Amino acid sequence: MKNLKYLFVGIFFGLVLTKGEAISWYRIQEMFRFEAFHMYGIFMTAVPVGALSLFLIRKLDLKTVGGDPIDMPVKPYHHGVIIGSLIFGFGWALTGACPGPLYAQIGSGFTVTVATLSAAIFGTWCYAYFQKYLPD
Amino acid sequence: MDFLYKPWPWYVAGPLIGLTVPLLLLLGNKKLGISSTLRQICAACIPARLPLLTYDWKRESWNLVFVAGVLMGGALGGIVLANPNAVAISASTVDYLKSQGLNDPNGLMPSELFNWSSLATMKGFIVMIAGGFLVGFGTRYARGCTSGHGILGLSALQWPSLVATASFFLGGILFSHFILPYIFAL
Repeated sequence: MKNLKYLFVGIFFGLVLTKGEAISWYRIQEMFRFEAFHMYGIFMTAVPVGALSLFLIRKLDLKTVGGDPIDMPVKPYHHGVIIGSLIFGFGWALTGACPGPLYAQIGSGFTVTVATLSAAIFGTWCYAYFQKYLPD
Repeated sequence: MDFLYKPWPWYVAGPLIGLTVPLLLLLGNKKLGISSTLRQICAACIPARLPLLTYDWKRESWNLVFVAGVLMGGALGGIVLANPNAVAISASTVDYLKSQGLNDPNGLMPSELFNWSSLATMKGFIVMIAGGFLVGFGTRYARGCTSGHGILGLSALQWPSLVATASFFLGGILFSHFILPYIFAL
C-alpha cells in the first residue's frame, strides 16, 4: 500500500488543525470579526515555514524519498480565483470550515458535518455541471 | 503531557501546518490541497461525463487516503486529546455571539447549531447545507481552498493564490458582518 504514508501525514495535519483550533467555528467567527490574532498567527507562521521549505528544496535540488524530482506548485490566474474565492468565503463564514476542517470536524465528533461535507461535494458537482456557462 | 490536552497556540500549530508542505513533496512530490478531494469523490461516484470530472481519479487516490487521515487526526485531537475546556475565544466575540442568541462556547463548535435535528430548521439548513454547498462550489471554481491556495500557493509565491486568499477573506468578512446577523435572527 504505497499510499499508506499519506494516511500518517493526514493524521498529523488533522491533529494540528484540531489542536490549533483551526477547525473551530468559533475561531472562524472571531477571525472574520478581527477580534483575535490566533487564526492570523497560524497563517502568518505556516506560510513562511512552507516558503522556506520550498526555497530549500529548490536550492538544494532535493528529490523525493523515492528519488523522483520535485516540481514546484504553479497556480495560474483565472477569474475564478476571485469569483470562486468570494463564494467560498461566504461558505467559510457560514460553516466555519474550509474543506480540510470539514473532515477533521467529523472525526472530532461532530457527525452532522457529514451533511455539510455532502453539500460541499454536491456544490463541487454543480460547479462541474455549470462550468461551461460560467466565466472562467 | 498536559500540553497535549491543552489547545496548541498559533506559534506551534502554524509552523506544523506549514511543515505539511515539504512533508508531502519529499514523500512523493504531492501537493497539499484538500478541495481536490471533493472533486475526486465526484469523479469516482457521479462523473456524468462532465469535463471537470472525467479523468483518471485513481491516479490521484493518495489524497483520499490523506483526508481519511485528516479525519482520524480530528478524532485524535478532538476526542482522544480533547481539550476539556471551551475554546478560549475573545470576550468580545462571545458577547457578540450571545447577542445573536447563541450560548456560551462549550466545545469546538456551537452544538446548539451543529446537530442533526438543527438540519431541519431554516437556520441550521442555511448554515450547514447552503454553507457547505458554497464551500464546494466556490473552492472548485477557485481551483483551490485555504490549503491549496492559502498555504501551498502562498508558500510557492504564486500571486494568483494571494488574490484567492485575499478574496476568501474578503468574502468571509463581508458575509460575517453584513449577512450572518440576518441568518442568526431566523
